[in-house]
Amino acid sequence: MTPALSQNFDFLNFRRKAVNAVMLSLTGLCALIAVGILLYILGYLFIHGATDLSWSFFTKLPTPVGEAGGGMANAIVGSGKLLLIAMLIGIPIGFLGGVYLAEFGGTAFSFIVRYTTDLLNGVPSIVMGIFAYTVIVLPQKHFSTWAGGVALGVMMIPIALRSSEEFLRAVPLNLREGSMALGASRARSILTVVIPAAKSGIITGIMLNLARVAGETAPLLFTSFGNRYWSHGWNEPTAALPVMIFTYAISPYDDWHRQAWAAGFVLLTLVLAINVIARLVLSKKKHVAR
Amino acid sequence: MATSPTIASMEPQPAANLWRRLRGGDEIAYVITCTAAALILVITALLVFELYSNSGPSRGMFGFGFLTSQVWDPVNDQYGALPFIYGTLVTSAVALVLGVPLGVGAAIFLAELAPPKISDALTFLIELLAAVPSVIYGLLGIFVLVPALKAIEPGLRALLGWTPLFSGPFYGVSLFAAGVVMSVMIVPFIISISREVILAVPSDQRDAALALGATRWETTWDVVIPNAFRGIMGSVFLALARALGETMAVTMVVGNDPKIKASLFAPGYSIAAVIANEFTEATGQMYTSALIELALVLFALTIVINGGARLLVAAGGRNKS
Repeated sequence: MTPALSQNFDFLNFRRKAVNAVMLSLTGLCALIAVGILLYILGYLFIHGATDLSWSFFTKLPTPVGEAGGGMANAIVGSGKLLLIAMLIGIPIGFLGGVYLAEFGGTAFSFIVRYTTDLLNGVPSIVMGIFAYTVIVLPQKHFSTWAGGVALGVMMIPIALRSSEEFLRAVPLNLREGSMALGASRARSILTVVIPAAKSGIITGIMLNLARVAGETAPLLFTSFGNRYWSHGWNEPTAALPVMIFTYAISPYDDWHRQAWAAGFVLLTLVLAINVIARLVLSKKKHVAR
Repeated sequence: MATSPTIASMEPQPAANLWRRLRGGDEIAYVITCTAAALILVITALLVFELYSNSGPSRGMFGFGFLTSQVWDPVNDQYGALPFIYGTLVTSAVALVLGVPLGVGAAIFLAELAPPKISDALTFLIELLAAVPSVIYGLLGIFVLVPALKAIEPGLRALLGWTPLFSGPFYGVSLFAAGVVMSVMIVPFIISISREVILAVPSDQRDAALALGATRWETTWDVVIPNAFRGIMGSVFLALARALGETMAVTMVVGNDPKIKASLFAPGYSIAAVIANEFTEATGQMYTSALIELALVLFALTIVINGGARLLVAAGGRNKS
């Protein structure tokens, strides 16, 4: 090898190594930025929200503009009521549908159901709000807790179904065979063997699902609407925490901004706490539903 | 005890037979679960039907011109969707331009370079980022991002001000701000899906390239990424579908101005944002039905992109196995 050539090789090798080092550190930087954003969001909300949070936030009604103090007790209760309705709609349909796909599936019909579920999952939340509006608000001619709960409930169905299906499928076949060999009918082995085996996975899947819809704002804007006061029963408009954050954040009042930060802090703490617990439980199992 | 009934023993007591079958419960379980599954088809069909029928007046009045008209004038009952479609596409494009390199880069790091324990821990954190509600991103968008963008605006203008994209006055709330918020929101999706498809590339592929003397980066870029390309594209499309339908965060920072301007610094509007802002105030049947037609357009857009993305991810998965 002539000296010139080997020098050329050295240079090429140096260049390759340099490119290697630069690009690899760039990817590391990307990961760092992504994690950094999360830490920043958490830090900012915790510092801001926690300082604006007070006990009356949980116990008092919103005050009129200009009057200091007040809280979002009605929005917290409202969110709870909305989630209750959502669970009563979303979980049974999603879970039973998941049982169908996992235990009686394999047909053309189950393929169609699975595909439709994925489509439904991709429908923007604001479109779900319009749906609940046309189905419930329009005939009733007024906003209601029901309508908001239905919007959130329909949003829960696809993920409840897919996560239930996934965890049921993960139950080993020999458990089913063992149960049926003992003379249990198919239904009985599903009920007493398969579902209990998949129980913790299904429950954590549902918790994650609940955490997701708990933060949904768009479908509530024109279904449960909002309310400055307590909402009585299920047929009146109700305040909800995410909607309050939205209305307070875009308002021009500093006092309301502080309340928005406090509400954001409460909502985020709730959502992340559920997520962390659920994911820690799930990571012990192999399958993580998404 | 004779448990297996013969035909002769069944005939005199059909009631007992029915009772036994019901006690086994197979039929009941089948019917109940199948009903739940069918209910999903019913709900989806109802969703499409409601969107279609309730947008009837607007469709009848404006026809396909609805999609190409720039006029949005509730006072005179004239409605066109183009400014909103434009805003939706532009903000999503900004989100992809910023989010895809960041997401794919981070996914490469997590899948190829980081030790498994660190990778798992970071992925855990990043998936938490995906769980942050949209309205919280909007809150931070208004009070943190918009002031920050105002601060870096002179720099951006000096760097890119010669393009029409970064010209004109800047008030903070803008298509650009909406795109930036959305990019942060889609990055977790891109990372977690891309990481998985990259991890699924067989390790002999890497070993072979490394054995030939390729550097770590060359192995990643020339061997692993092409292998995982379809899956990565799928993750990008899924992220796009999410970005298109994103409502709250965009509504809070996009500026809410239904005009088409070339500059990203200008305030704009998006389909989801206009529905969120104007639906409760919409008076008159035509106004409401125009907004519902916008929802129909958004629905169609996300269905097409989601469907394509799922095909890509599925095809990518089949490719590897």
